[in-house]
Order: sequence, then structure tokens, then C-alpha cells
Amino acid sequence: MTATDTMAGAPAPATATAPLLEVRDLHVEFHTRDGVARAVNGVNYSVNAGETLAVLGESGSGKSVTAQAIMGILDMPPGRIPQGEILFQGQDMLKMSAEARRKIRGRKIAMIFQDALSSLNPVLSVGYQLGEMFRVHQGLSRKAAKARSIELMDRVRIPGARARVNDYPHQFSGGMRQRIMIAMALALEPDLIIADEPTTALDVTVQAQVMDLLAELQRESTMGLILITHDLGVVADVADKIAVMYAGRIVENAPVHEIYRQPAHPYTKGLLQSIPRVDRKGQELYAIKGLPPNLLHVPAGCAFNPRCPMAQDVCRTDVPPLHTVGAGRGSACHFWKETLGD
Amino acid sequence: MTDTVKGAAPAGEPILQVRNLVKHFPLTRGIVFQKQVGAVKAVDGISFDLHRGETLGIVGESGCGKSTVAKLLMNLERATSGEVFYKGEDITRLSGRALKAVRRNIQMVFQDPYTSLNPRMTVGDIIGEPFDIHPEVAPKGDRRKRVQELLDVVGLNPEYVNRYPHQFSGGQRQRIGIARGLALNPEIIICDEPVSALDVSVQAQVVNLMEKLQDEFGLSYIFIAHDLSIVRHISDRVGVMYLGRMAEIGTDAEIYEHPTHPYTQALLSAVPVPDPQAREQRAAGADSGAAAGRGRIILSGDVPSPADPPSGCRFRTRCWKAQDRCAQEQPLLAVPEVFRGSGTPAEHESACHFAEERATAEAA
Ligand SMILES: Nc1ncnc2c1ncn2[C@@H]1O[C@H](COP(=O)(O)OP(=O)(O)OP(=O)(O)O)[C@@H](O)[C@H]1O
Ligand SMILES: Nc1ncnc2c1ncn2[C@@H]1O[C@H](COP(=O)(O)OP(=O)(O)OP(=O)(O)O)[C@@H](O)[C@H]1O
Ligand code: SF4
Ligand code: SF4
Ligand SMILES: [Mg+2]
Ligand SMILES: [Mg+2]
Repeated sequence: MTATDTMAGAPAPATATAPLLEVRDLHVEFHTRDGVARAVNGVNYSVNAGETLAVLGESGSGKSVTAQAIMGILDMPPGRIPQGEILFQGQDMLKMSAEARRKIRGRKIAMIFQDALSSLNPVLSVGYQLGEMFRVHQGLSRKAAKARSIELMDRVRIPGARARVNDYPHQFSGGMRQRIMIAMALALEPDLIIADEPTTALDVTVQAQVMDLLAELQRESTMGLILITHDLGVVADVADKIAVMYAGRIVENAPVHEIYRQPAHPYTKGLLQSIPRVDRKGQELYAIKGLPPNLLHVPAGCAFNPRCPMAQDVCRTDVPPLHTVGAGRGSACHFWKETLGD
Repeated sequence: MTDTVKGAAPAGEPILQVRNLVKHFPLTRGIVFQKQVGAVKAVDGISFDLHRGETLGIVGESGCGKSTVAKLLMNLERATSGEVFYKGEDITRLSGRALKAVRRNIQMVFQDPYTSLNPRMTVGDIIGEPFDIHPEVAPKGDRRKRVQELLDVVGLNPEYVNRYPHQFSGGQRQRIGIARGLALNPEIIICDEPVSALDVSVQAQVVNLMEKLQDEFGLSYIFIAHDLSIVRHISDRVGVMYLGRMAEIGTDAEIYEHPTHPYTQALLSAVPVPDPQAREQRAAGADSGAAAGRGRIILSGDVPSPADPPSGCRFRTRCWKAQDRCAQEQPLLAVPEVFRGSGTPAEHESACHFAEERATAEAA
């Protein structure tokens, strides 16, 4: 892979301050009883201050593992990072001491998990858990920490925050717990938030409340946001740019408008086509044939080739590099021009 | 619009008529002497018809009672009160042989392809199990052949009969569940979130299969889901539930393009649309609040507990149009007076005292 290919997804030179976070050629593998699962196979993506990057892809494509590698919370072993760089504000976090990384975690990069109930401690009050952030990281007194907790709960619109600060997680609804998780991530005013499917477990009306809140909080600051999701609707709603993953790779990345208008990779195109459309009611839905790949036996060449309507012989032998498609756009398809064309 | 015409003439006579269906789960306290201290009003007076050959979609948020309705229709839960007429006979009162005969004709496909199949049974045994209860459908000697036919019908290799569920992907497991649902040649299949656990790229395969089987076997479906775009794609009519009651019901075009109930309007506006251009349009109309002509309605607050639902209209604690009357008087599911006889798509059943249309972004 040439240098220009690797950089295809990086921001265009016009905006060329160093990105807030840049993942370069990241590989993660898991050593399991059945063999080596290559969960992440050379991922490249970047996010700038104030920007929202959506990472899209089906179950098992490596979205969460990439995020865990960035946060430094991968299970190692069985996980291993044989190759790659994760540059945060220009510094490779994979080369830092454990101590230096711990300082970044929570303070500069925070994460919101999918399942709020299991990531909050059930036996501690919500106020205590929020306050702990301030006591541990900023050395605030119990009283001052509590005051800050109430402020934060207010900020994420928990009604009656003062009265509810001593309540336990199970006393809140799913949407409120997710807002508390957001409060916790925001507590130390990080530069980057990684939200891993923050609304998947929530109802549509509550999901709208939470996404609305995240967008508003981001508008108030220069925080960068990496939003992991498999919901094409959520992406279109909030993202500035998208990285689409398939079998541990980025297969396409682009500014949000362009990818919906004109996808440059057959997988992205298939996903967009399989969305039910009002004017096609009564017709068969477009369906991507076949099944998502098994990571223990990723097909040779392009991992998507057994499911791809455009596959040719070369696809079964050569791994497609991430071709530059335009400014800030890349596609890992041998036939990206043809894909764009029709 | 073609689908309005299609929906206006229900495919056939009613095959299932649900009337004032109620299910209250008792809340008890105490261990030895259990005392009832209240009830979860999971389903609280629901009525609708299912016509032969049609698909009725049911949508609504978590905990509103969708799965409980499904279980009541299957007689897996006993109704607290109300009736379910299947071909004119109330099946909530049946038991024994009469119940067994009805059950053969109403089957269910469950949400979770990972847990709804017994991991220790082969696929052949899972699909053939209904024959143990209804041997008249497939005599012993014929079973294997019949199971292989069913596998073929749902697009799985008939040679897989001896495999176990864990050897299949999620989409394949859902096909196994559908094959099992088809085993007894039922007339009605109740699908509780049949594709929710599947990846986007696999959902479409299963939805297509279900539509094909409907055409082939003349099935009637009740299709429960929270993905509104899939429900619209597959349904002839759609019912919207909120907190144990039906808020609004009508053809897909009536509900999606001309909703008159505030909850339906909020629900539809909250669905993220996979089109970045809609975002700009929406932003243009959003800030003027819930009453704005279009744009997203962000509801405040959470869904109340079904153990202690609000008086009058269940939606009133989150409704921006609520008046005193809404707290005092329960709005009934009926065609609102203002639209009665209007001949417009707004003329469909909606349980709101102040039902009115709201211009949608699409209309703009
Ligand atoms: N601790 C682990 N040990 C072994 N394999 C793992 C481990 N964590 C993740 N994997 C594997 O890595 C692959 C990628 O998983 P990942 O969680 O990143 O997927 P994802 O894209 O986030 O999917 P989803 O949408 O389901 O959350 C999966 O095949 C998963 O089974
Ligand atoms: N066996 C039971 N005992 C007590 N309460 C129950 C029981 N089954 C369901 N409920 C309650 O009844 C209400 C309706 O539940 P139901 O499962 O029908 O909702 P649903 O609409 O299917 O939700 P979801 O979308 O989450 O599946 C909920 O508040 C639930 O907690
Ligand atoms: S490289 Fe070949 S198989 Fe892969 S997406 Fe492109 S056309 Fe399809
Ligand atoms: S009856 Fe009243 S509270 Fe209920 S939806 Fe209509 S306006 Fe709102
Ligand atoms: Mg994940
Ligand atoms: Mg349910």
C-alpha cells in the first residue's frame, strides 16, 4: 500500500491542522482456541476538534475493538496490537507509559458505552459516582464534588437533579441512565468523546432526546466526537463524516453528504439500497446476499467478494487498497470508479 | 397514491377480532401471605381487527404492551378481560382440545433468534416439534420429508436437518423459527420483533422471505417491531400503541403521512432519516418547538409506569397539547368527529380529544 493510499481518508490539506485523533494502520488480533481472529486489519481514521466522525458497520466488524484500542481498555491477552499507531494530539498513545495513558483516559478522552445499566455501579448512588470523577481527578472536597455533580445532572437535563443526586441507577429510566453516562463522560471536559452505540438500547423518542443533547453539548465546545453505530439514520442526522467498516477494515470514508448521494463502495451502496423506501412499497427489498464473514476465515482478496455483485477475479486474489476518491474520500474497492459511475 | 387505494380495501373478511382486551399483572408484596398491592396495566383495553391475507403492523416504545398483546392472542397469557374472536369464536375462554385446535392455526415467531431455539435440539427436531402435538398434520413416517420441505421453503439447505442452532447465523436461525411457525400450515403468524436482532444487511433477506411466504400461503401477519420504516414496508395497516392502549390505527399511508394523534406525530418525527438533506430541512423547522408545523418534536420526560398510569389520556404527561379535559376524560379510539365523513386520509381512528393533522416535512 502506498503512502498516498493510506492517507486517502485524512482531512483535505485545506483544513490541515493536525487532527485531534488519528488512527493509522491499526491491527488488533485475538488469540482464541479456534485460531487467530483478526478483528481489526489496518484501520485508518481521524477526527478533528469540533467534528463528529460516525463509524458504521455490521455486528462484529471491529468498531468496538478499535474504540477499545484507542481508550486502552482492550483485554490483552487475548487481544494483541501487532501493528499501528494511535496519535492523540500528535503523540502515539501506543508508545506511552501506562501512567501517561491513564492520565489521558477520562480526562482527555472519555467513552460512553452502549449499556448504561451495566456500566454504572448498582450499589453506589449516581451522585457518588459522578462526584468520584471530581474527587479523584481534581481533588475536590466531598461537598464541592456533590455541587458539581448536581450541576452536571442539570446540564444533561435530569429533572429535579438536586433531589435525585442520591438515587441509585435502577431508580432511573434507561434514557436517564444514558444521560448520566453522558454526564460522566463530560465531567472532566474531555477533548474527545467516543460514544459506542449510545442510543441503540433506547426508544426512538428517548434516542432523539439523547442525540439532541449530545449535539448541543458538542456545539457549545470544540470537543471531537466518534460515534459508533449501525443506524444509517443516526449517521445522516449528526455526523460530519463517516468511516464504514467491514471485516476489520475501513472500506469507505467520506463526508456525510457525499456518501449518501454517491457511495463509492459496493457494501455501502448495498446498505443504502436495503433501506425500505416509501416509493418502493410492495416491491422486494434490495438485500445484500450471503452472510457477514467469519473472522477466523476472512475470504482472500477483498473480504466482501462472496457477497459483492461487482466482484471480478482480481477481487478474489488482491486486497484492494484504500483508493483516493476525492478530497477526504476513500474507497477500498478495485472498482470504485464503476461503483460511483452507476 | 397507490398504496392508499390498496390499504382502503382490506384484503379479506376479519379473521381475528380483538375487543377490549385487558391484561393486568398483579403486583404483590409479602412472601407467605401474598397481598396484591396493585397491578401492572400492561394491556388496558385494546381493540382491532386482522383481515385475511393482510399484515397489521404494531409499533410503540418499549414496555407499551406489544409482546403482551402477542401472548394474549396466542393464549400464552390469560386475558384479565376482553375477547379475541377467531372466526367468530372467543378463544380467550377456550381450553383443552378446542384450544389446541385453534392454536394450530395461530403461530408465533419470536424476536431473539439466539435464545428462542433450544440449543440441545437439532434443527430437524425443532421444526418437527409441533408435529408431536399435532400428529395429524404429518404422520410419523412423513416427518423428515416434511421438515426438509420446510427448510427448503425458507431458503435453507434441507441437508442441514441434523445441525444444531449454534451452527447457524442469526438470519439463518430466524429462518428456522419461521419454518417452525409454518409447520402446521397456520392461517395467522404473529411476529414479535422478527428482524430486530439482525444486521441491516440480513434484515432485508428475512423481510423478503416473509412477504414471499405470505403470497404463497395466504398468511395473515401481525408484525410487531420498533423499526418504523420496516413496519411501513411490510404492513397494510398499522396500529400505534402507547402505555397499554392503542393511540391510532389506520392504513400505512394514513398513519405515516396523515397522523392525527400527537404521540404518533412525535414518534415519526423522532425517527432519524437516512438522508443528510432531511437534516437541514428539519433544522429549519425544529427550533420553534413542538407545535411547529414540521421539524422534530422532542418529547420531554419519560414514559410513565404502567403500574400507575395517568388518568384520562395516557399520553397527557408528555403531550404539548394537553388540556384539562385530557386528564378527566379518556379519549376513545374512534374516527375523530372533525374528520368523520371528510373522505380524507385523516379519517381514521385516533384516540385524541384534539386530533388534528400536522404538516409533515414530506408535505413541505
Ligand atoms: N475479548 C475478545 N476475545 C476474543 N474475540 C473478541 C474479543 N473482543 C472482541 N472480539 C471479536 O472481535 C470481533 C470484532 O468485535 P467488535 O466488538 O469490535 O465488533 P463491533 O463492530 O463493535 O460489533 P457490534 O456492532 O456487534 O458491537 C468480533 O468477531 C468479536 O467476536
Ligand atoms: N409476567 C409479567 N409480570 C409483570 N409484569 C409484566 C409481565 N410481562 C410484562 N410485564 C410488564 O408489562 C408491560 C408491557 O410489557 P411488554 O413486554 O408487553 O412490552 P413491549 O411493548 O413488548 O416492550 P418491548 O418493546 O420492550 O418488547 C411492561 O411494563 C412489563 O414490565
Ligand atoms: S473489490 Fe471487488 S469484491 Fe470488493 S467491493 Fe470492490 S468490486 Fe466488490
Ligand atoms: S387527548 Fe389530550 S393529552 Fe391525549 S393526545 Fe390528545 S391532546 Fe394530547
Ligand atoms: Mg460493538
Ligand atoms: Mg416486546
